[in-house]
Amino acid sequence: MIINHPLLGPRDAAEFVVLGDACLIDRPDGMNAASEEMHDYAYVRDNPAGEHRELWYHEQGDRSWLVVTRSTLTHDVIKVELARDVARARGRSR
Amino acid sequence: MRYSALRILKEGLTGNRGWEPVWREPEPRPEYDIVIIGGGGHGLSTAYYLAKEFGERNVAVLEKGWLGSGNVGRNTTIIRSNYLLEGNQPFYEFSLKLWEGLEQDFNYNAMVSQRGILNLCHSDPQRDAFVRRANAMRLSGADAMVLGPDEIRKMCPYLDHENARFPITGALWQPRGGTVRHDAVAWGYARGADKRGVDIIQNCEVTGFDIKNGRCLGVETAKGPIKARKVAMCAAGSSSRVAAFASMRLPIESHVLQAFVSEGLKPVLPGVITFGAGHFYVSQSDKGGLVFGGDIDGYNSYAQRGNLPVVEDVCEGGMAIMPMIGRARLLRMWGGVMDMSMDGSPFIDKTHVEGLYLNAGWCYGGFKATPASGYCYAHLLATDQPHETARFFRLDRFRQGAMIDEKGVGAQPNLH
Repeated sequence: MIINHPLLGPRDAAEFVVLGDACLIDRPDGMNAASEEMHDYAYVRDNPAGEHRELWYHEQGDRSWLVVTRSTLTHDVIKVELARDVARARGRSR
Repeated sequence: MRYSALRILKEGLTGNRGWEPVWREPEPRPEYDIVIIGGGGHGLSTAYYLAKEFGERNVAVLEKGWLGSGNVGRNTTIIRSNYLLEGNQPFYEFSLKLWEGLEQDFNYNAMVSQRGILNLCHSDPQRDAFVRRANAMRLSGADAMVLGPDEIRKMCPYLDHENARFPITGALWQPRGGTVRHDAVAWGYARGADKRGVDIIQNCEVTGFDIKNGRCLGVETAKGPIKARKVAMCAAGSSSRVAAFASMRLPIESHVLQAFVSEGLKPVLPGVITFGAGHFYVSQSDKGGLVFGGDIDGYNSYAQRGNLPVVEDVCEGGMAIMPMIGRARLLRMWGGVMDMSMDGSPFIDKTHVEGLYLNAGWCYGGFKATPASGYCYAHLLATDQPHETARFFRLDRFRQGAMIDEKGVGAQPNLH
């Protein structure tokens, strides 16, 4: 798979490590969240067959976090964004 | 029809005209006591033990494709019971005991071969961990030995014993581990279940559940609705997709694991060997091919194929521990889709819907677990009580803080 890095252009997927579903961006506030909410955040996943948004870390490159939208059925990479931009758009960043 | 040497002789002398199909191909009836979703190893063994041990004969197994098209025909065929934790080891030892009597039990040649499994270690701390694991194994009634470098050199002279970075300092040796012909496991269980009245229905994809007032009344399928007193999910790899029909979200990600086989060689490997510093395991099939594998690809996938970086990584692992493997040519490679769970351990449990049961999350360990998984799931379905050896495989264990994290890496499925 080739990941079309927004800053560096096309990079081999082997340069990255995968963390998992991009819903991990939306971490509940650990001081306030109900335990059920933290449980679902930490342990439960949609795990869809088809389009999946996921967090990839460019460990062997510029160490940026990316949100990669990918098909889990065909391995086609559909869209690549900087996780920073995604998080800001969701009001997650100061 | 019972298979025996006498039968082969008799058929050989009479032109092989007496053989019958190994199972029927029935159309689904409108109603069953128990419907099992998934005709893989675990679904078929569940049906077999339901009929044989628990007297449940009004059972159907629904399979989306053909029998053995999933992971039961895609694994590296290894059986073992060399786990550490209390939640796992008694279960896998139960499974190994069932493997030992399996062929006599279901009267089918599954080529169970207890040729031993050798887990190599490459440092003193790793050896200490193996000593601890060996003790845990023996406490569960399994066999285990810790070997020193000299014994390993005698057993496997072709390994890279003196590697500067990863010298072989010892090994965990389980003589009762080994390999099994995986397709024959599916066929043997299917034949045994069919003979006892279980309907095995292929090309019958489940498309939904009939759930009313928190109770599961049956399934929707490609061949129409089927009513059932109990519905048993057993769709490894696709567990999340099936559970989604009941609006359930599981602590599972689906990942692809690749396996490889070399061209056929004369016998070179006595048993199963695993590399302790990388991730690489290898055995030799009876046809002579070296069957080996390593890490999962690492990203969510429902495609039954992987990518090239992992091929390179696995082959590097092989070259590191067993340089002679570089002389063999790779013949085939394939991928299977697995439920990677949040702690690397499986689930055999009821769900929040009455009459709906779940068997999922087998990660790497599914094939060796086939007999015990089926037996314990059948126990749960028939009695509504978990089998003693599977009582830790609960779906709510993350809520209770009762994870069974053999590797100790936390809620990160692609690291288990």
